[in-house]
Amino acid sequence: MNLAYRDVRHNLFRFLLTCFGLSLLLCVVLAMIGIYRGIVVDALTIPHIANADVWVVAANTRGPFAEASRIPGDTREAVTRLHGVVSAGSVTYQTVEAESQGRKLRVYVIGYELDRLGGPRAIVEGRAIAQSHYELIADKRSGLELGDRIKLGRSNTFTVVGLTTGHVASGGDPVVFLTLLDSQKLQFDLAPPAARIEQARGIDVQSQDTVNAVIARVKDNSSPEAVAEATRRWKHLAALTEAEQEDILTRSVVDMARRQIGLFMSILLTVSAVVIALIIYTMTMEKLKQIATLKLIGAPDFKIVGMIVQQALSLGLIGFGFGALLIFNIKDYFPRRVVLEPDNVAAIGVIVVIVCLLASSLGVRAALRVDPATALGS
Amino acid sequence: MPVAARSPLVHVRNISKHFGEGESRVDALRDVSLDIYPGEVVALLGPSGSGKTTLLNVIGCIIEPSEGTVALDGDTVFDRRWLRSDLRRLRLEKLGFIFQFHNLLPFLDATDNVALVLELAGADTTSACKRAIDLLDYLEVGHRKTSFPAKLSGGEAQRVAIARALANRPRIILADEPTAALDSKRAGIVMDLLRKLAVEQQAAIIAVTHDDKIFDRFDRMFMLRDGRLDQEMSLRGKTAATPA
Repeated sequence: MNLAYRDVRHNLFRFLLTCFGLSLLLCVVLAMIGIYRGIVVDALTIPHIANADVWVVAANTRGPFAEASRIPGDTREAVTRLHGVVSAGSVTYQTVEAESQGRKLRVYVIGYELDRLGGPRAIVEGRAIAQSHYELIADKRSGLELGDRIKLGRSNTFTVVGLTTGHVASGGDPVVFLTLLDSQKLQFDLAPPAARIEQARGIDVQSQDTVNAVIARVKDNSSPEAVAEATRRWKHLAALTEAEQEDILTRSVVDMARRQIGLFMSILLTVSAVVIALIIYTMTMEKLKQIATLKLIGAPDFKIVGMIVQQALSLGLIGFGFGALLIFNIKDYFPRRVVLEPDNVAAIGVIVVIVCLLASSLGVRAALRVDPATALGS
Repeated sequence: MPVAARSPLVHVRNISKHFGEGESRVDALRDVSLDIYPGEVVALLGPSGSGKTTLLNVIGCIIEPSEGTVALDGDTVFDRRWLRSDLRRLRLEKLGFIFQFHNLLPFLDATDNVALVLELAGADTTSACKRAIDLLDYLEVGHRKTSFPAKLSGGEAQRVAIARALANRPRIILADEPTAALDSKRAGIVMDLLRKLAVEQQAAIIAVTHDDKIFDRFDRMFMLRDGRLDQEMSLRGKTAATPA
């Protein structure tokens, strides 16, 4: 006769309600881990989309994500001629707030040269940009659909011709791709009054051939470090390898957010452990009279310990199962990307089991100390 | 056969039990001796703090006496050869307990409450359930075999508790205020039942009680006062031993 099962079955509603409460708590824990992982993944998405081995940026900067970087547009031609470089492309990056269908839309605009490095990795719906102007490719997270028209910048309206998925910036904003010319205009074109002031100050406002970075791929048998080193010989440029760029993004750009979420996740995990321990301990405390009776009628200790441990594990595992199910079903509704990797989820499962065992050990200790004589009398 | 000529099922000799040491020492039992024979129903009486429950606990192998010996059905217990698991086994096989508030497990139905002790003793589920149902029928609560304790009346619950106490055919049944939660009519029925069991199964029944309405159902009554056996009364014309 399985006493744990009988007790759960007898108090099924209460047990399920407790499991549900625990599952919500574990759902939040899993969500925080997913958000934490999502921040890191989002931070690395743009460099992964670029698929570049070397990033050429303005001298003395760690651009274009950590610091502002502006270099001449013809830098790409110089980089292309470097030994070991297979291909290169000029890119611009900027965040733009636009209005779409009556709502504010914040997007991360990437400008790239058609048929060169820097464009979207894969288009899931529609087509690539075919015209030099006024077409864009948007990530589905933006809510834009094929054929939608959206005004970016001062006056230009763009038509959505293609859609991507999973293209988001480190801040969680969906990415849209424009031609380099359009993005340069969007980034550097001044409003007429501002242009007149600049002209009056003797600055050439007609020249917009500036980019934020030039990205390059190197041959399989060439070293990105060697290409980066060669680039640095031009004193007005700096160069970063892909690994350096990823390091900057994870250790610098999103580091604060990552640590914040990490700390919050640790606190949440601790709170969950305490809550699980309290639930299990209280469940045992409520049964002390029954445990005393069981001892008095001759039940062996393992039977009593088994009842407590089985209930604790059932509670933890069912709560974890519901929690995981819940977060897997709602994770796509979060405004930021929630990345749940099997090893992270499994790790939380193992932690829940360990917490349940530790928590039940408190209950077991209390149960084993119960004097069977307490079953006698009122 | 005269009671004195048979071997006692419960043999208690010069039992003392104290709790604490020094100024805080409390002598719960002082030099108590008694014998209880098969088929006897005896009562332990006395005011609060007189040592009734302590004596019941000592006989029930729940607490170890500070001095003296206890023998149950011929086995001397608490003589340093007994492990805690042995005492648990002894309780399971030779003793049956009846509580003031029945102490049935609320998450098991009447049948399973009785079958549990059989399974703990090693019986398989089928035979345990069969014997449990037989016992419930014998105690006239068979019609409530699938009811949970919360749905049973006080009398029904106490009869299920008696069935549980009898499940492993114990030779000694210890009852702590078995009729305290029952009205006088049901108390009489339960005591008659216990008497019937004692006679039919040649078991010894020891009950702690304050209920004067059921005094006439006992063969002997032991009065305890300040931890000492103060007086022994025989109510059925059987031999009454002189208190030690």
